[in-house]
Amino acid sequence: MLTGRAFKFGDNISTDHITPGRLAHLRSNLPELAKHVMEDTDPTFASRVKAGDFIVAGNNFGLGSSREHAPLVIKMAGVRAILAKSVARIFFRNAINVGLPVLICDTTLIDDGDELEVDLAAGTVKDKTNGKQLTFSKIPEVMLRIFNEGGLIPYIQKYGDFKL
Amino acid sequence: MGKTLAEKILSQKSGSDARAGDIVIAKVDLVFAQDTTGPLTVRQFQASGFKRLANPQQIALFRDHAAPSPNSGLSNDHIILHQFARQTGCLIYAIGEGICHQIVAESLAKPGDVIIGADSHTVTAGGLGAFATGMGSTDTAIAFGLGKTWLQVPQSIKIVVSGNFPEGVGAKDLILHLIGQIGADGATYKALEFGGNTVDNMSMSPRFTIANMAVEAGAKVGLFAADKTTQQYLDSQGRSNHYQPVASDADAAYAQTISIDAANLEPTVSQPHTVDNIALARELKGTKVQQVVIGTCTNGRLDDLAIAADILKGKKTHHETRLIVVPASRQVMLEAITDGYIQTLIEAGAVILPPGCGPCLGLHQGVLGDVESCLSTANRNFKGRMGNPNAFIYLGSPATAAASTITGEITDPREVM
Ligand code: SF4
Repeated sequence: MLTGRAFKFGDNISTDHITPGRLAHLRSNLPELAKHVMEDTDPTFASRVKAGDFIVAGNNFGLGSSREHAPLVIKMAGVRAILAKSVARIFFRNAINVGLPVLICDTTLIDDGDELEVDLAAGTVKDKTNGKQLTFSKIPEVMLRIFNEGGLIPYIQKYGDFKL
Repeated sequence: MGKTLAEKILSQKSGSDARAGDIVIAKVDLVFAQDTTGPLTVRQFQASGFKRLANPQQIALFRDHAAPSPNSGLSNDHIILHQFARQTGCLIYAIGEGICHQIVAESLAKPGDVIIGADSHTVTAGGLGAFATGMGSTDTAIAFGLGKTWLQVPQSIKIVVSGNFPEGVGAKDLILHLIGQIGADGATYKALEFGGNTVDNMSMSPRFTIANMAVEAGAKVGLFAADKTTQQYLDSQGRSNHYQPVASDADAAYAQTISIDAANLEPTVSQPHTVDNIALARELKGTKVQQVVIGTCTNGRLDDLAIAADILKGKKTHHETRLIVVPASRQVMLEAITDGYIQTLIEAGAVILPPGCGPCLGLHQGVLGDVESCLSTANRNFKGRMGNPNAFIYLGSPATAAASTITGEITDPREVM
């Protein structure tokens, strides 16, 4: 069971919002880059987010570039999972590959600052602030297997190949 | 039941009867990374415990995003790529050779290939009939080591374009119009497959422009059949042996078909801060722009520079507007010099940058100031994209960009032609 606060964002949060190109020189220094996570959409986010919190977003989260640094810095900032109405394809794959779950559900009912309880196995989100309960769509089987090994690198280290 | 282009290519490369929705493991013909995603790819490759590349001749690294590097952090990243290439024997391209996607198109991609790149605009090679898609650094690193990747075979949306473009209107207006219609997530997880007589009559460069922006509608790939035009292009690049025809079957199943009449299109512009926020150029008359960029993997090819030079010949950029021109590759730049376009553009007031990404992603060479607006021929206008979250980015065609340079405000190119 994961518990933490919701940080609410809108639709179309791109990888440029998460970690902009102008900070490309920090990409080989991820702890430093993580200090700027989400800077161009909420400059206060990095200082407020705590280990265990959630990003809660609208449609098409993570659109744009293939930079895997985006899910990596979100994870490094302590975010335990992303809840969104929908997610862009490359970001989804990257997040699972680095062991950051993206849970697709109707996030309309969650408000910024709500306390959430996420049960990954049961597929449920409980908003403890307003008492509402949501279910999220299952992560596709092939991605779930990668996620369950802790990401794509541990998966490949274990199996040496794709085992679908 | 016949197959879409995506199903055909993935069937061939997975050795299975691949249908939309299936998960396949496909052999990859080319895997690449660039200087802002490559260093992480190298680290993930090493962390995975691989000792060598699956096939060094099918793996490429590019130094194009920071070219030349503006600071020591990025210079050190270039060193990481250089050393990796030396150790592994993979292909590596130097600063000034151009944008990865343009070099892939000119020199590496073949019809029927599966290509993955650690860059979302890898889809550009779909213009040649290659199943080319962007992935992150870890997926790319694993493909470096295994020579294959897993893919879900996408459903396809067929885009049928017919009729002739009016003067001053072209491929960029078409793809912006389409994205405006279906939205920035209108094709998520899907393939866009382009056809119709307008597409059949199109040269390669506009096909690349359209394929390049498929990802801005969320698509996994933007595919064109490989036909006579593709063959002629490969011939002209000295790659005749790389050609094979690739086409979808007449009875293939599509999730959706969208028809567009090119004759009805007008010069089209994306407004800040999402690509699907579309308006007509003439509706934005009066919107001042302090910077105009002509270049990028979307519109930095010879025909794009020719269109701009044609409009700007004997004219001057507006005194409050700077024009930055970035040829997409060394080949493009050399041809543009030979054909006189570079001279025309410089005489009109342009600054010419070395081949590469230039100011497109905001790390150097034309970062916007506060509250400045830019009209760019690029593919993205997200807040902060060009280095400043307090700036505004509009996207348009080379013709619209050139026209706006003269007036200093967003201008329908037909007004100055
Ligand atoms: S030109 Fe722009 S969009 Fe194209 S690869 Fe370079 S940074 Fe990316």
